[in-house]
Amino acid sequence: MINLTINGIAVEVPEGTTILEAAKKLDINIPTLCHLNLHDFKMVNQGASCRVCVVEVTGRRTLAPACATPVAPGMEVKTHSPRTINARRTVMELILSNHPKNCLTCPKNVNCELQALAAELSIHDIRYTGEMSQHRRDTSSPALVKDMNKCVLCRRCETMCNQVQTVNVLSGLNRGFETVVGPAFNMPLADTACVSCGQCVAVCPTAALSEVDNVAKVWQALNDPDKYVIVQTAPAVRAALGEGFGLPAGTSVTGKMAAALRRFGFKKVFDTDFAADLTIMEEATELLGRLKNNGKLPILTSCCPGWVKFLEHQFSDMLDIPSTCKSPQQMFGAIAKTYLAKKLNVDPSKMVVVSVMPCIAKKFEAGRAEMNQEGNPDVDLVISTRELVKMIREAGLNFDTLPDEDFDDPLGESTGAAVIFGASGGVLEAALRTAYEWATGKTLEKVDFVALRGLQGIKEAEIDVAGTKLKVAVASGLGNARHLLEGIRSGKSQYHAIEIMACPGGCIDGGGQPFHRGDIEILKKRTQALFTEDQNKPLRKSHENPHIKKLYAEFLKEPNSELSHHLLHTKYVKRQKM
Amino acid sequence: MAETQMSADGLKSLARYMDQFEDKESAIIKVLYEAQHIFGYLSNDVMLFIAEKMDIPAAKIFGVVSFYSYFTTTPRGRCQIKACMGTACFVRGSEKVVSEFEKQLNIKRGQTSDDLKYSLDVLRCVGACGLAPVIVVNDKVYGKATAADVSKIINEIQG
Repeated sequence: MINLTINGIAVEVPEGTTILEAAKKLDINIPTLCHLNLHDFKMVNQGASCRVCVVEVTGRRTLAPACATPVAPGMEVKTHSPRTINARRTVMELILSNHPKNCLTCPKNVNCELQALAAELSIHDIRYTGEMSQHRRDTSSPALVKDMNKCVLCRRCETMCNQVQTVNVLSGLNRGFETVVGPAFNMPLADTACVSCGQCVAVCPTAALSEVDNVAKVWQALNDPDKYVIVQTAPAVRAALGEGFGLPAGTSVTGKMAAALRRFGFKKVFDTDFAADLTIMEEATELLGRLKNNGKLPILTSCCPGWVKFLEHQFSDMLDIPSTCKSPQQMFGAIAKTYLAKKLNVDPSKMVVVSVMPCIAKKFEAGRAEMNQEGNPDVDLVISTRELVKMIREAGLNFDTLPDEDFDDPLGESTGAAVIFGASGGVLEAALRTAYEWATGKTLEKVDFVALRGLQGIKEAEIDVAGTKLKVAVASGLGNARHLLEGIRSGKSQYHAIEIMACPGGCIDGGGQPFHRGDIEILKKRTQALFTEDQNKPLRKSHENPHIKKLYAEFLKEPNSELSHHLLHTKYVKRQKM
Repeated sequence: MAETQMSADGLKSLARYMDQFEDKESAIIKVLYEAQHIFGYLSNDVMLFIAEKMDIPAAKIFGVVSFYSYFTTTPRGRCQIKACMGTACFVRGSEKVVSEFEKQLNIKRGQTSDDLKYSLDVLRCVGACGLAPVIVVNDKVYGKATAADVSKIINEIQG
């Protein structure tokens, strides 16, 4: 243990602790900008490049960055001396001198860490003026916008893209004033191996990286009298949306969300959870089929569009192993524009399907060429949880006092198995609940597969299904996925089924969710909210969903039928590794 | 003479060069240096070739190439004229020398003539401050250069 004093107060911390962490122990907040520590996901951005966290250390000539300076015995640290405050202000003014001042019209307005820091440091005047960066905005991606004029070079995105996700698209380029973060050869993002997971957006302190905003397009559709506009909401949205209105993390707001969407004027408010149950019907059938007919194993889940694109780029020799199931978002759209349109007597060409997703890769997925019926896309518009927060504000709704309302029938009915799709391990757990009962013909009494839950990057379990020991694994975060896939490719590891989600912890940590700012507790609470919702559902197995049964009886006939294959399954394309 | 195209022979020789390194990551600069020596410049295709062969992200390779002014991503002229703009050379008038080169060759600093004969670059200290201002053409050093020397230097390197 190391003993030191911070602002005259003694503190004892383990060796290797940084001054920043030691100060936190004393409830002293040292401001930071570039620093981000997501230790549960093995990510620490500690470049100490911004110098906002500088502190005074007695006996040291220069100021020390608190985020990257380890404590030493007898150290005397001053965190808020006039010299440090002055230095911090100077650093901030220099950063701001090359930052656009159009905060009022910026997508990150009131959500920006740089803006908050300027307020915290009482910056009233920027004494420095000079050249401004003139980078072209990259709007090539259907999911995210890259505006490097707003970049403060914290390098969080780079650390996330390379170390956590191993997508390896972003790197620091050039030097000095010209330094910029970007892809190889400054290519447009759309031409790279970027998978649109949006984790770079999730950690960006400013609006240098933000999602493609579809809010205006959704309002336009809603106000078009010729259109029949319906909406679906993904499981993870309900566990995080409340945070946008100051509710505590982990508050489940399913009912209020449905109420808000209905007030926007959506003709029907449906639930992607319905399609998640449908996915399980198709995927569990596929799994059992592969087991029975000695098919290709392991089967990989295919709900996550970021993961699917990652596979297409990085493991293009293994495109025959994922499930052929479309994601719940796309299955929903395909059923809405066929089965539902007919039932409601609506012309499918006039139906607009809007999705609310915790994800920005879903924007990319909705635009994939193969996701349509005769040119009519399964899903027309995708907005993130954050965009829904904006819409609720724009609509002048008081979210807190909205009543709890139900989803509409028939695509609003779902089981507990569907709602846990939003947390890492949930899809596999849901599939196992159904596969077990189908394979054994017995009722599964204990539906909780606890070993598959939680935020750990890789989870494994062995499950006895009708005498066969099923070896399963769950990975979240693409670096973990890469690790698992490399083991399979080399023949070192063997599994029957694997669930993969691109974002660490699953969709609850999606790139379109309210910003967690490095607070992993928020993610744990969101996860808990979904499992609580599962527990409180009367039905917890997808195949027990009465409207799913009806859908098969009236329309699809049976899982993996010809019509199912046509509407609900897809194929994958080989893509360049870099 | 350096090749300006990605020839099969060049790639083969570069691949052989890369094979000798166990620790690929720390060999990036050496490999890029060799590649530029073989091809004259680092085209996107050459960088991608290196990235794939060494299993290092192309963005990272490009990051290194764009960081060091030594590396060039455009074809350079056969006569590579480099003017030192370090402090000593600068105060002794290297700016005037560079301007004269720009005028006579009809290219700006950082550019290459259309016939790929000349390229003109400025660089920081070459460590010969006693000879300031210093001009380096390919491997030959011209010390105490003045604007009046420019036409002489051009004539000399042509011959």
